[in-house]
Amino acid sequence: MRLRAESQSARFNVGRQCPNLGARLYEPQRSSFKIKLLRVTDSRSDRKFGHCLWEPRVDRFRANPYGGKAMSTLQDSLIELIRRTSAEIPDDVQRAILLALEQEKQGTIAASALQIIERNVELARRKSQPICQDTGSILFYVQHPLSHDPIAFEESARGAVRIATRKGYLRQNSVDSLTGVNDGTNVGPGSPTIHFHPHRAPELDVRLILKGGGCENVGAQYSLPNEKLQANRDLDGCRKVILDAVLQAQGKGCGPGILGVCIGGDRATSYEFSKRQFLRTLPDRNPVPELDRLEQDIVKTANELGIGPMGFGGKTTLLGAKIGALNRLPASYFVSVSYMCWAFRRQGARLGPGGEIERWLY
Amino acid sequence: MIALNRPFTEEKIRALKVGDEVALTGVVFTARDAVHGYLHDGGALPPGVDLRDGILYHCGPVVLPDERGGWKVTAAGPTTSIREEPYQGAIIRRFGVRGVIGKGGMGERTLAACQAGGCVYLHAVGGAAQVLAEAIVAVRNVYFLKEFGSPEAMWELEVRDFPVVVTMDAHGRSLHQEVLAASRTALAERLKEPAHSA
Repeated sequence: MRLRAESQSARFNVGRQCPNLGARLYEPQRSSFKIKLLRVTDSRSDRKFGHCLWEPRVDRFRANPYGGKAMSTLQDSLIELIRRTSAEIPDDVQRAILLALEQEKQGTIAASALQIIERNVELARRKSQPICQDTGSILFYVQHPLSHDPIAFEESARGAVRIATRKGYLRQNSVDSLTGVNDGTNVGPGSPTIHFHPHRAPELDVRLILKGGGCENVGAQYSLPNEKLQANRDLDGCRKVILDAVLQAQGKGCGPGILGVCIGGDRATSYEFSKRQFLRTLPDRNPVPELDRLEQDIVKTANELGIGPMGFGGKTTLLGAKIGALNRLPASYFVSVSYMCWAFRRQGARLGPGGEIERWLY
Repeated sequence: MIALNRPFTEEKIRALKVGDEVALTGVVFTARDAVHGYLHDGGALPPGVDLRDGILYHCGPVVLPDERGGWKVTAAGPTTSIREEPYQGAIIRRFGVRGVIGKGGMGERTLAACQAGGCVYLHAVGGAAQVLAEAIVAVRNVYFLKEFGSPEAMWELEVRDFPVVVTMDAHGRSLHQEVLAASRTALAERLKEPAHSA
């Protein structure tokens, strides 16, 4: 591929087919907008890629199910949720880091690393700046009443992500996988990801996880039996592959880490469910006795391996492990392990009927 | 804590050993995937940049324009270094690099280049974007900004007491190899015993 780029400015009406993108422009809050396009052409195949480079200027709001004020209140609440998630580590994680610091031997490089981590947590909170410059994949989990309009919510969430990125709460962190172009908005296919879960209750609970790339890269999925690890299709086999994931990760996932694990499911739901475990708080206990035993054992055993913070060696390799199980096909037995770095960015808010934040969930 | 100040001579670098905590003061150049690929493929350094006795930092900082027409680094933690393993050894040799800052450690080829040329791998705490940004006192210049974009550009940064740990030294030792080997043995031992009961 040999790419050639040129840029142009244009004003588009919503619904018009974009000559560069080859798709209809869809920007639900606007009737028309001015954008700057980067036209990228592969000079060998003459294939064209198009990218909106600049944030469209808001001309005027269209009618929205939330109605003018509620809509902007909802968006403001989501921006605040993003800011808080990016800059403030939840209390349960901070307590676990402090406990780890007490346990590491003073004067070791493991203790120094945890001291820097602790200082970083405080500094980010005070300055309202991202804890880590990799502000990660943006994963929303929304529990909503049956009457709720998820399409309108998604519009607000995408708008909130754009604005939070402009304000620096999020890094310009979303790249087109085909062209390598980063349009700087963090909005695109798969970004943000929003999981909706209707429930028969009036509450609207929005949770957010920001998961960086370093820890995402050390996640692993095992198909049991695994002969090399002598892991059979039972809980002992699960234990072996989960601990193998910890061993392989070493310090590369920015430990001390937290594991989210799913036993069972198909490949996609299994990984998805493993990440959902991160919504649980660190001190909580699994109501399923077998899984609770496995969680406790994984943390204790991992902390005996001497990998330590950042892989420097030491007592704290994991701060927690959260494990869920899904049914599987008779032919499949997947164990999916998601690794979360110490910069565990998870927050949530209960929203009122007007979209305002009623209380924080963590 | 060992204070390591400019100039970064071979003598100072060879005196460092695995496990040393270092407070680095001087100039570092950020370099991620794009810069490494470019230099490895024979690309020239920008005029005015000399990496001899220099230090590279695997980092894609968040940099904003400041009020005086300069730049301000607001978040600057290390990125995963192992992605540069195919390029790093050759770049250390070609340019006479004395130090590489990153996270997660690097492999055999980089370790060999460190030993041969007198270079160390300095591990910064991953995710500690704010603490590390505070140790960056000035942005002196930026190169390849247009070509590679902001995170991939080569930022010339002045750092003061930038906290790092030597995890690969110029004598062939790698803390990463040692911890991996020890933890692998420990896990094999633990798997022979029953699981912890709750």
